[in-house]
Amino acid sequence: MSAPIEMPKWADTVLVPAISVVAAFLIAGLVVLSIGENPLTATRYLLQGSLGTGEGLGFTLFYATDFIFVGLAVAVAYHAGLFNIGGEGQATLAGLGIALALNNLTFLPGFVLVPAGILAAAAFGAAWAAVPGYLQAKRGSHIVITTIMFNWLASVLIVYLLVNVLREPQSMNPETRTFPGASHIPFMHEAFAWFGITIPTSQLNLTLILALVSAYLIWLLIYRSRLGYAIRVVGANPAAAVYAGISPARIIIIAMVLSGALAGGLAVNELMGYQHRLLLEFTSGYGFVGIAVALMGRAHPMGIILASLLFGILYQGGAELAFEQPNITRDMVVVIGGIIILFAGALDGLFRRLVAYLLSRTKLAGA
Amino acid sequence: MFPAIELIAINKSFGAVHANKGVSLSVARGTIHGIVGENGAGKSTLMSILYGFYEADSGEIRVNGAPIRIRSSNDAIGAGIGMVHQHFMLVEPLTVVENVMLGAEGGAMLRAGEAKVRKELARLAQDYGLDIDVDAIVGELSVGLQQRVEILKALYRGADILILDEPTAVLTPSEADALFDLLRSLKEQGKTVVLITHKLREIMAVTDRVSVMRRGEMVATVETADTSPPELAELMVGRRVLLRVEKTEKAPGAPVLEVRNLSIIDARGVLRVADATFTVHAGEIVGIAGVAGNGQSELLEAIAGMRRLSLGSVRLEGRDIPSSQHNPHRMRELGLLHVPEDRLRMGLVPSFPAFESAILGFSHESQLGPGPLLDHDRLVADLAKTMEQYDVRPPAPRLKTSNFSGGNQQKIVLAREIERNPKVLLVGQPTRGVDIGAIEFIHRRLIALRDAGVGILLVSVELDEIMHLSDRILTMCGGRITGERRAAETNEQDLGLLMAGVTDEAA
Repeated sequence: MSAPIEMPKWADTVLVPAISVVAAFLIAGLVVLSIGENPLTATRYLLQGSLGTGEGLGFTLFYATDFIFVGLAVAVAYHAGLFNIGGEGQATLAGLGIALALNNLTFLPGFVLVPAGILAAAAFGAAWAAVPGYLQAKRGSHIVITTIMFNWLASVLIVYLLVNVLREPQSMNPETRTFPGASHIPFMHEAFAWFGITIPTSQLNLTLILALVSAYLIWLLIYRSRLGYAIRVVGANPAAAVYAGISPARIIIIAMVLSGALAGGLAVNELMGYQHRLLLEFTSGYGFVGIAVALMGRAHPMGIILASLLFGILYQGGAELAFEQPNITRDMVVVIGGIIILFAGALDGLFRRLVAYLLSRTKLAGA
Repeated sequence: MFPAIELIAINKSFGAVHANKGVSLSVARGTIHGIVGENGAGKSTLMSILYGFYEADSGEIRVNGAPIRIRSSNDAIGAGIGMVHQHFMLVEPLTVVENVMLGAEGGAMLRAGEAKVRKELARLAQDYGLDIDVDAIVGELSVGLQQRVEILKALYRGADILILDEPTAVLTPSEADALFDLLRSLKEQGKTVVLITHKLREIMAVTDRVSVMRRGEMVATVETADTSPPELAELMVGRRVLLRVEKTEKAPGAPVLEVRNLSIIDARGVLRVADATFTVHAGEIVGIAGVAGNGQSELLEAIAGMRRLSLGSVRLEGRDIPSSQHNPHRMRELGLLHVPEDRLRMGLVPSFPAFESAILGFSHESQLGPGPLLDHDRLVADLAKTMEQYDVRPPAPRLKTSNFSGGNQQKIVLAREIERNPKVLLVGQPTRGVDIGAIEFIHRRLIALRDAGVGILLVSVELDEIMHLSDRILTMCGGRITGERRAAETNEQDLGLLMAGVTDEAA
């Protein structure tokens, strides 16, 4: 009979995350202050670097594209009650799928090759997630443990393949040859140039649109479809799912397959959109950022898009900041990012309680 | 002489909910004082304030005439107040002695404390007739005995005032009688007992005085001898209620559900249901009486297809159900619907809006939306209509399921199943945690359904409910069906014996 945490939707989805971010910046400001730098200047560099220039904005959106995919991947699994930590491994395998497809199907025209690459990414990511999903559903092996193990497996597998199998004989670098030109997803500045509009050059490519479409489709799936309904029932109340005739095992596998396919989007953006070859560690730990993004976005596609933007700003602005103010190293920027994750994810409940309490107080006073 | 407990103008709010509004209560020393009220009337909140789980926003507590402040259960124990919770706070793998000692070990080493506990328990056993094997493992004791351990714990800590929250919910009628004997003997020794319950029969049987709460307010305190169950019910609900819905005799039709030699062995290898055989006819309510945990839940789940049968078979309208088809989805298609025992764990999804909970089990139905999608506007409109028919309050389909009261949640579940025209309806604990007004409504619906020719299998731990509604009653004990009676030809004592496992053959 404890007081439940109830609050209006706007407070839950906008106010609380906003307060978390502000608090995180305040604490991060103190850290910056403690190493003798001016936090306001730092903030200005951060924002200017990420949003102030067209080029900076392009990079910010490029990172955001990565984060939308991995955030959605974590969110879909989360709705089924699963904590998919394996975004890294799934994206890595998706990268392998892209390389195998594109470098073996070179004879295809671009309008077939690009979808083929995207499908290969989704299929390989899905397959890599399906195994832990199956083990969870049928054997009860905990998904957190198995997906972490699969990250390591993916990482050593790709090293082995790039060093021994896929590397070009004459190259010293552990990477594949460049994908056929027809398979490159156009950069945003190229796409704008088709219409005669010039925008600054950056890594940003049309994969962003795929990410936004995916976000909409996932929203439709989770909140409006019969399958999404079943996924949420399993996540919220497995006993109710059994009662309803929904097989939790089946739903767990489906959710993990979807999750892995979405994680593949990270590989699409990085490899087909930017690097145009498969190389080591292209995932850069973004698979883990997806967890923070999904947490902060409350596993809702709209929230994930906003959280991805924030993390895009942090990554791009942070790089600028480290460049402009050598005292604030990249490591320091990572610390600031960590503080934000801490506040937005782990300490989320702290402000939620506080806000709920304050709102109920004002409501009573008003009544 | 001062009253044992006085609560004066207690106020307590949770957010916008005013759970206790200026509640005053006076409990005389050496009496058994009943507190009745519907769910959410504020009884539990009031007792939680007395026991230090919550602190009142305003108001005063006096124990033996002296104002005190109770900020934790330690304060309450210090003031001589002990509480026996509805859900026992016992460590099952430990012995009785160890459970009583818990939190009162008296130092880092256990030996001295244990000797003291043994001595004290022996004295309590003598004084109150509280006999119990002190070295028994608590988890192996019957529920009635576990409750005794709770009472012993409270007495060992020096409780003069004992609060019992719904103590008979888990007891057989004979265990309940034993409890009442114990309470009377405690009273004779000068202890004060506060009994929270919703069973008016118990209030009449054991209390000296009774206080009625309604919507956070204390609406009456009367001498038990001067009142009657109908009067108490009226005070609780605020209007006249029928405690017993009338039903006409009716000849049952053809068999619709036939269960043959059904046995269930659970994942741990424990035999939960042993060789159950019975039939439910069209237009008949068959009640299964039994103390909670004697296989009724497993039986219902097995018939509904949620559990695999270890042995036996189920026939629906004369058709065998092969085990490949015996799943919840197929059973629904065949017209066997199910109001599950635990609506929050199974029957609904508490975190979903009501309109989504209202399609649980039916989300595949094609009229609910185009293709793979669900049409939310339609679901909302459908539920709005149903809410009107079933008088669900508030009639807000988009409200979160958990924000409805128990009775209204149950109506949502019931409406979902009834409106899909069942041939057989399995009903588990239809009125658990449901207020009296809604109980009347739910009972009417079930009887109307029976009159319309539906075969109903009813499981309930409320013996009154079984006896009021059923045409035929089966009793279960230890997973076995121990007896069968026509409802008109039995009584509580008779059923109580069967529920305790005394079968006809043995008698």
